[in-house]
Amino acid sequence: MKPFTQHDGLVAPMDRANVDTDLMVPKQFLKSIRRSGFGPNLFDELRYLDEGEPDSDNSQRPLNPEFPLNHARYQGASILLARENFGCGSSREHAAWAMEDFGFRAVIAPSFADIFRSNALKNGILPIVLPASQVDQLFGEMYAAEGYRLVIDLEACTVLRPNGESWSFEVDPFRRDCLLKGLDDIGITLERSDAIRSFEQRHRDRFPWLFEDIVL
Amino acid sequence: MAQTLYDKLWDAHLVEQRDDGTALIYIDRHLLHEVTSPQAFEGLTLAGRSLWRRSANLAVPDHNVSTLKAERDGGLNALPDEVSRLQLQTLDDNCLAFDVAEIPLNDVRQGIVHVMGPEQGAVLPGMTVVCGDSHTSTHGAAGALAHGIGTSEVEHVMATQCLIQRKMKNFRIEVTGSLQPGVTAKDIALAVIGEIGTAGGTGFAIEFCGAAIQGLTMEGRMTLCNMAIEAGARCGLVAVDDVTLSYFRDKPLAPKGDDWGRAEEWWRTLHSDEGAAFDRTLQIDGESIDAHVTWGTSPEMVTSVNGRVPTLDEMPDETSRLGLTRALEYMGLEQGTPLSDIRPDAIFIGSCTNSRIEDLRSAAEVLKGRRIAPSIRKALVVPGSGLVKAQAEAEGLDRIFLDAGMEWREPGCSMCLAMNADRLMPGERCASTSNRNFEGRQGNGGRTHLVSPAMAAAAAVAGHFVAVDALDSEGVAV
Repeated sequence: MKPFTQHDGLVAPMDRANVDTDLMVPKQFLKSIRRSGFGPNLFDELRYLDEGEPDSDNSQRPLNPEFPLNHARYQGASILLARENFGCGSSREHAAWAMEDFGFRAVIAPSFADIFRSNALKNGILPIVLPASQVDQLFGEMYAAEGYRLVIDLEACTVLRPNGESWSFEVDPFRRDCLLKGLDDIGITLERSDAIRSFEQRHRDRFPWLFEDIVL
Repeated sequence: MAQTLYDKLWDAHLVEQRDDGTALIYIDRHLLHEVTSPQAFEGLTLAGRSLWRRSANLAVPDHNVSTLKAERDGGLNALPDEVSRLQLQTLDDNCLAFDVAEIPLNDVRQGIVHVMGPEQGAVLPGMTVVCGDSHTSTHGAAGALAHGIGTSEVEHVMATQCLIQRKMKNFRIEVTGSLQPGVTAKDIALAVIGEIGTAGGTGFAIEFCGAAIQGLTMEGRMTLCNMAIEAGARCGLVAVDDVTLSYFRDKPLAPKGDDWGRAEEWWRTLHSDEGAAFDRTLQIDGESIDAHVTWGTSPEMVTSVNGRVPTLDEMPDETSRLGLTRALEYMGLEQGTPLSDIRPDAIFIGSCTNSRIEDLRSAAEVLKGRRIAPSIRKALVVPGSGLVKAQAEAEGLDRIFLDAGMEWREPGCSMCLAMNADRLMPGERCASTSNRNFEGRQGNGGRTHLVSPAMAAAAAVAGHFVAVDALDSEGVAV
């Protein structure tokens, strides 16, 4: 995972509530057995006018001119500004992989769905929760000023606006630490192997039927 | 101290609590399917890691299997979609390489992972259960702590048998009294989501309780917990009672002999204690719930079958007005339209929400001796597993569906998410017993209305949404 310390990025809008992970990556792309290459299919049904398939040449597909991420002013955006309950629905991590592959490093919204939030954090994408009124204000400022950028500082847990004013946000301290250092969770957990083994022994003594082999 | 059911399950699986608020939680059962596991197996291989406890894992192909008998009979090689075939083959290969138990494609026990799990007793009360699928919440019906995870977490569970979690908050939803005839667990789920919204349960484990919940079968409880995620909650829960115990008694992987006795003793404690503290509570009168139909592109856009699509001036703010406008445009509906004026082109009875035997019985009861309306272009009945299919055939339900003009398919996820060939065409409108009415969910441009199996059957017969008990007066009597 890429470490996340400070990020200065162009902001793009996803101005609707309850953006679900089906919308982020439609099902036909979930047939891939890889974890990369989903960026061109992020928001596929909104982004293109035709129906994409896994083997489509995305560079040849007709773009939807009304979709903001297709607009010149948002090219190169790395911070997505969104509304309530972003990432709801399916647990598909492909949604986070697609965000990462597209180039997003952070999403700012008033709230996130639990599974997406967890998937994002494990892929170096920072979900930032700000009060709805602040998110509203950011939408207004972004629409008003082409090239609108924000500076996100994970050390300080702040979002710095172009006017020099900073807003702070909260993030799970464990996840913050992992992001700052780009740490792999599995390695961290395996350091606790002894504790897991001793729990497992007690658990097995108490509930032996849970440890029987599955004989089909 | 009085504990909630969730507190008890959490404590029984707590490996360690850390100062930063996170905890390591031990996972008893990990269910796998072809879509969210390949990258996790690859991750293990690349890091040179192995499975922590092989016997905790059980795999089954379901998401993109064909539901056509001719294609299934030919095995994997007969699947025309090469990309799907590779994904299914990869699951077989990985299970072989890592020695993970797998129920293969044409085994009678194959089915949707959330139907197969409880059916085999691979999921049991008191377990922690995870799967790379958000509808893992289904298994909370057994009094198990079950939730969906992403692929990174799949890999984490494979390698460590644990998840790094923060304890969720407790939410009790009590449904009192009894349900009206024709009202099902699906309608409770939709009514709850209509009430609290799709983010209402975010950060919570929801325990469903009350007389109406106790009155549900295990199948009904699974339907309800399945949709906890559509209310934003990773877990739904129902306390263990006699209904739970008699369901699991003879399941193939359930404990036997003395172990059953020990298990039962622990399972009987799996309920919230009197006076346990909940962070949020909601009470709904079971009698007041009627059959529900979604009209929009989020499960919270739902109302009674006797209701109508809302109007813009009923919306509280600009974001919801925009949401309504966009949803109506996508759904091809006008504001204020009575639900009974909406005419589906397609019917889908299936999915991890509503493909169990009780669901098929309830749809068949409505369809018996009737024909689907001529305006219905496509009507699929997809049983949740080979065992459900066999049971339905033994009861003659397949004949009822076929005689009504519907297709009787092989088990799989099918048109719930349309990863296989079962999908809606752009603009097609479907009465579906699945769980998500998101844009494009059942096919690019497809329009989904979520309903119970009985309501899907009634819509199939009438050609428009209608309460089951109003069918006779429609002139479509048996």
